[in-house]
Amino acid sequence: MKNQPDWQPTASRAALKSRAQQSAFVRGFFAQRNVLEVETPVLGRCGVTEPNLDGISAQIDARGIKGGWLQTSPEYHMKRLLAAGSGSIYQISKVFRNGERGSRHNPEFSMLEWYRTGFDDTALMEEVADLACGWLQCPRPKTTSYRQAMITWAGIDPFAVTENDLRQRCREWLEPEQLQDLSRDGCLDLLMSFAVEPNLGTETPVFITQYPASQASLARISSVDGFDVAHRFELYIDGLELCNGYWELTNPDEQRARFEADNRLRKAAGKPEMEIDEAFLAALEEGLPECSGVALGLDRLLMLKTGTRDISDVLAFPLERA
Amino acid sequence: MASYSTNEFRGGLKVLLDGDPCIILENEIVKPGKGQAFNRVKLRNLMTNRVWERTFKSGESLEAADVMDHDMEYLYTDGEFWHFMLTDGSFEQYAADAKAVGDTVKWLKEQDVYTVTLYNGAPLTVTPPNFVELEVVETDPGMKGDTAQGGSKPATLSTGAVVNVPLFITIGEVVKVDTRSGEYMNRVKNN
Repeated sequence: MKNQPDWQPTASRAALKSRAQQSAFVRGFFAQRNVLEVETPVLGRCGVTEPNLDGISAQIDARGIKGGWLQTSPEYHMKRLLAAGSGSIYQISKVFRNGERGSRHNPEFSMLEWYRTGFDDTALMEEVADLACGWLQCPRPKTTSYRQAMITWAGIDPFAVTENDLRQRCREWLEPEQLQDLSRDGCLDLLMSFAVEPNLGTETPVFITQYPASQASLARISSVDGFDVAHRFELYIDGLELCNGYWELTNPDEQRARFEADNRLRKAAGKPEMEIDEAFLAALEEGLPECSGVALGLDRLLMLKTGTRDISDVLAFPLERA
Repeated sequence: MASYSTNEFRGGLKVLLDGDPCIILENEIVKPGKGQAFNRVKLRNLMTNRVWERTFKSGESLEAADVMDHDMEYLYTDGEFWHFMLTDGSFEQYAADAKAVGDTVKWLKEQDVYTVTLYNGAPLTVTPPNFVELEVVETDPGMKGDTAQGGSKPATLSTGAVVNVPLFITIGEVVKVDTRSGEYMNRVKNN
C-alpha cells in the first residue's frame, strides 16, 4: 500500500475528453483551410543549436547511424517539406525539452506547428487569432510591441536602457553575483518573465510583436523607428505564453551565421556545442518559399480551455508518473 | 558535500542558502519561449522557520545541507538539555537544547519515539508523532450531561500540555491528541 507507485492519471476524464475535442477542432480548422496535415520524425539525427533549449539525446543504433535527438520542435523537418514543395502544412506532434518541469512545463509536450506559404507575420497572426479564439471563445487579441510592453510593465525601454540601469532593474529578483554572467538578453528575459508576462492578456488576449533583433531566432529582421526588430510574435492569454511565430528567414547564409553564433553562446555558457543540421541548410539552399510559421503549445491551450493553472491537470501522465 | 543544480530542485530537498539549512518547498520554472530559464524557488529556513522566495538562473546550484531525520527515543531532561537515543540499536545519544525542542516540549513523554532532525550531527528540531496518547493529570470534574460550556473543558496532560476534552473525561484517563492541531481525538481504554 505504502510503496505502491502513483499509477493513476493526473488528468480528469473531462480533461481527456476536452483534449480529444481540441484535436478534432484543430484538424477541422485546417481541413477547412486546405492546410495539409503532415508527420515528421520525433526522433531525429540532429538537435538544435538554440542556446536556451536543451534537447534530450537518444541512442539510435541502426544502419551504422548512432546517437540522435528527440526533437525540440518539428521546425527543420517541416521546412524541408516546404522546400520540397509541400505548400502550407501543419502538424500536431510531441516535442521534448530537457530540464523543463513546472506548473506550465513538462519535458514532453504537445505542439501544434504550422506554416503558411505566402503569409507574412501579420497574416499569420490573424489565423492564430481565428484558431485560438474560435476554440476558446475569447475576444480577439490586441497587439502590443515588445518595447511598449517592457516600458509599461517593467519600466525600461529595452532598446535604449543602459547596461547599468538594466542590471539595477533586475536586482529585484537576482543578487549582483547572479547578474554578473547574465547577458543583456538574459536580463530582458528575466524582466519579461517576472515583470511583464503576469500582466499580459489578463483582460484581452495580446500579441507581443517586434522583438529585439538579438532575439530573432529564425525570424527575419527589419528596421522599425530606427530599431532592428524581429518579425516574431507571441500570443499571451491570461499571463500564459501560448505560441511563438515568425515570418521565416529564408537566407541560408544568414541562417548558418545564426547557428554558429548560437554555438558560440553555448560554448560561453559551458554547454556542449551542437552539430549544425546540414540537411536543413541544404533545403534552405534549394529555396524555402516565402512563408510564416508558428508553434503553439496545445497543453497550454487546453489549460485555458479547462480553466486550470497546472499543466498536470491536462496531461494523462506528467513526468513523475510517465 | 554534494551540491544540487536547479534541475534537481524538488520539494523536500535540503540545501544551504546564505549559510542556513533550508528545505525546498516549491520549484517553479519560468522561461519565455526560447529565452533564458529561471527557477522561482520557495524554501523554508530550518533555523528560523521563515519561508524565503528566491530566483535562480537555471543551471545554478546550491550546496546540499547535512540535514537528516532520525527516529529517537526521549530519555530525560536535565533542565538544560533534553536527551534522546537512536532507536536503531546503536544506543547513540543526542542532547537537544530548548531551541531545538521548541513547542514539542509539551508532548515529550519518556520512552516515546520522536523525529529528531540533525544538522551537521547536532539536533536542529524535534518533531512529535502526529498522534500521542497521554494521561490526564488535572481537569475539573465535569458533570454528565453538562453542556453549558459547549461540551468541553481544559485538561492538563502528564507532559504539561493543556487540551480541550469532553466533559466526561476524568483524571487518570488516557486521551489521544493530534499534535499538529493540539486537538483531542478520543479516549484510550486503559488495559
